Amino acid sequence: MADTSQEQARQPFGAAASEWAIELSGINKSFGPVRANKNIDLKVRRGTIHGIVGENGAGKSTLMSILYGFYHADSGEIRVNGAPHAITDSRHALALGIGMVHQHFMLVDNFSILENVVLGAEDSALLGPSLAKARGALKRLAQDYRLEVAPDAIVEDVSVGTQQRVEILKALYRGAEVLILDEPTGVLTPAEAGDLFRVLQTLRDEGKTVILITHKLREIMAITDSVSVMRQGEMVATLETSDTSPEQLAELMVGRRVLLRVEKGPATPGKVMLEVEDLVVTDDFGTPRVKGVNFAVRAGEIVGIAGVAGNGQSELLESISGMRDQKSGVVKLNGNPMSTLGDDGAHRARLAGLAHVPEDRQRMGLVIAFEQWENSILGYQDQPAYGKGMVLDINAARAAAAERMKKYDIRPANVRLKTASFSGGNQQKIVLAREMESDPGVLVVGQPTRGVDIGAIEFIHNQIIKMRDAGKAILLVSVELDEIRSLSDRILVMFDGHIVGEADPATATEGELGLLMAGIVGKEAAPTAGPAGREPNA
Amino acid sequence: MDIFAVLSLLDATIRLTTPLLLACLAGLYCERSGVFNIGLEGKMLAGAFGAAVVAALTGSAWLGMLAGVGVGVAFALIHGIASITLKGNQIISGVAINFLAAGLTTLLGQSWFRQGGRTPALPQGGRFAPIELPFASELAGIPILGPIYSELVSGHYILVYIAFLMVPLTFFVLYRTRFGLRLRAVGENPKAVDTAGISVTLLRYQAVLIAGVLCGLAGAYLSIAQGSGFGNNMTAGKGFIALAALIFAKWRPVPAMFACLLFGFLDAMQIRLQGVDLPVIGQVPVQAIQALPYVLTVVLLAGFIGKAVGPRAGGVPYTKER
Repeated sequence: MADTSQEQARQPFGAAASEWAIELSGINKSFGPVRANKNIDLKVRRGTIHGIVGENGAGKSTLMSILYGFYHADSGEIRVNGAPHAITDSRHALALGIGMVHQHFMLVDNFSILENVVLGAEDSALLGPSLAKARGALKRLAQDYRLEVAPDAIVEDVSVGTQQRVEILKALYRGAEVLILDEPTGVLTPAEAGDLFRVLQTLRDEGKTVILITHKLREIMAITDSVSVMRQGEMVATLETSDTSPEQLAELMVGRRVLLRVEKGPATPGKVMLEVEDLVVTDDFGTPRVKGVNFAVRAGEIVGIAGVAGNGQSELLESISGMRDQKSGVVKLNGNPMSTLGDDGAHRARLAGLAHVPEDRQRMGLVIAFEQWENSILGYQDQPAYGKGMVLDINAARAAAAERMKKYDIRPANVRLKTASFSGGNQQKIVLAREMESDPGVLVVGQPTRGVDIGAIEFIHNQIIKMRDAGKAILLVSVELDEIRSLSDRILVMFDGHIVGEADPATATEGELGLLMAGIVGKEAAPTAGPAGREPNA
Repeated sequence: MDIFAVLSLLDATIRLTTPLLLACLAGLYCERSGVFNIGLEGKMLAGAFGAAVVAALTGSAWLGMLAGVGVGVAFALIHGIASITLKGNQIISGVAINFLAAGLTTLLGQSWFRQGGRTPALPQGGRFAPIELPFASELAGIPILGPIYSELVSGHYILVYIAFLMVPLTFFVLYRTRFGLRLRAVGENPKAVDTAGISVTLLRYQAVLIAGVLCGLAGAYLSIAQGSGFGNNMTAGKGFIALAALIFAKWRPVPAMFACLLFGFLDAMQIRLQGVDLPVIGQVPVQAIQALPYVLTVVLLAGFIGKAVGPRAGGVPYTKER
């Protein structure tokens, strides 16, 4: 599809130009008893954007880490540009022209952008010449691929989108011809993601090969030329993107038909259950993170809070649920002001009828070393149903846990199993079951489907809708804009500790929400602000 | 106080600062690479012992210094194997090194020399002599600058000059060389270094061994330059004060020098104040004055440095697998 003779000139190893930039065959990799990759075959055509989709734990990242030399395959062959290579480490992979942009950036936060680019690619023992050379190279790369950065800025001071550019620049500076990106849009605003995709398209047009690992089917459809689907360590299909659909990909990923759209009727909001007035919350270092927030949630409605991670949503959630002291302001539950101050704030919030599914199930929602039934009553262990006085009625607790297990389809169905042995989706269901079954008036949910596979997402979304229809007030915080849009009855957008706008999910476009999330539009979102042409869902 | 009293106080400051500075820079290399080094004290003590033994036996200060460095490196290697290769807890292995050094030096000293753990007096040439810089005595007559040059700058042991020259050298290495860039990176985010194709293990070993060399020099200074022979526990907590100075200086070389000078000055003052009648207070017990540098260490660290954020990956052994 591209001019091969021109590409050949760009290849560092002018070997006979193979149509395939990367060919993997028969790749196997096990971690202890877990077979992360089973007999994987994958071919990536030169000068294309190739997507790899699959649920969490499907083996995508492992496969790419093998290609990048971070792990060694137990068996199998890797061909780069048609020639077989046993990639020993990441330095070797880099020398073969394979660069990787990791999901969690591999940057030294207190270094300048320039220093990060140079690190590991210095020419000599003295830094001066290398830094000067890199400065020139960054200028050229900025022109060629529209990847502008300020070389002397310190990495921790620049935006996440810019940090990602630095990662891409690092790879290009080292002469990468094949660029692997692992879940690159997870931390970006829609606008930043749009920028990233434009950069990737430019890279492809310049003859580079891009491998995009993601679980977002929309991104696959929007930008890739071909796509491979992985499920449980196996490669189940490789398709031309133009020949497939999100529904087909989802089915391949999960192994059964999945509903991608959440089906719900209109909300019937009742009385105000949760009220937040002028709430100010600081983080552990005393920096204000929530800067005077006002909103209300009514019975029978889901209010979604959208925003890029780190704009105060976490602190807001933690404060409302009593885990973090508020600096000032009032949280009212069912009309009664609720003090969340002190170490037992979360307990008092629970007693007052507020259930909380925290953002990070492993850190805040579960004790991972406990057996399932123990986590199933955690926080509610003082209730009379689970024992008298100081003594726990273990049988009653286990019976209750087993019942919930059935109701929420938690697998494997064994209450004596260590919580760590459950998959992410099932762990999340354990938390959800516990909080939803406590029959709260208000349910506060953070990142309900983070790291959860598609099948479980469908289930969790339906449970949340069910809670709403049962007349509960639900506050939903998620960085997944799609999730917010499909579940919420009203959307509040948070930026830099403020609620910067409210939107109706039925009418708001992704572009409008994206601008709000980037803090570009003030209190009232101008309806015409959304950039035209970037609305793949419409 | 006349100028000579001031100069002699400052002169003592420089002499007392030297071992702190060497140990502090040792800690700087080590901790910048992400390996906490609470074992500076032990490495310094072992180095002092090795230097004194070899200097006493051979009558050569230079061989003694070499031996001090060798012992410092050997102890650093133990620390490195425990905390890098075996991924042990860096604090615990450091503490173990302190105990090992304290016990081993006394035991070997007693069984070899039978002088209560002390090494024999150094023979001629076994101890470093002060170096008179050129024209020191000629220029001494010039007002102010003359005495400063002849008293303060000139007339120190070679290791004093080495210690202070290490400061700009360390600055250069840290901020102007490839090794320095990688060293700083590996203490902040070893994963970034690993994915850039650089060996985290090798870098950290290099740093730990450099620390061993510097600790050995600090020890040699104590036993065969400033002192003449090894005495039980002669480091007397200097390794910990060096560590405090390192934190005080927020792991930067030039501030590290000033921090060490401050602690050295407090030590010099302490010696000067013993037996002196102070106005109002009267004569202060020796013990209270001797405790002064340590008390001030606590006060300074607790209250005056603000937030000292060390290398972010410090204290965490690097594991590649997930």
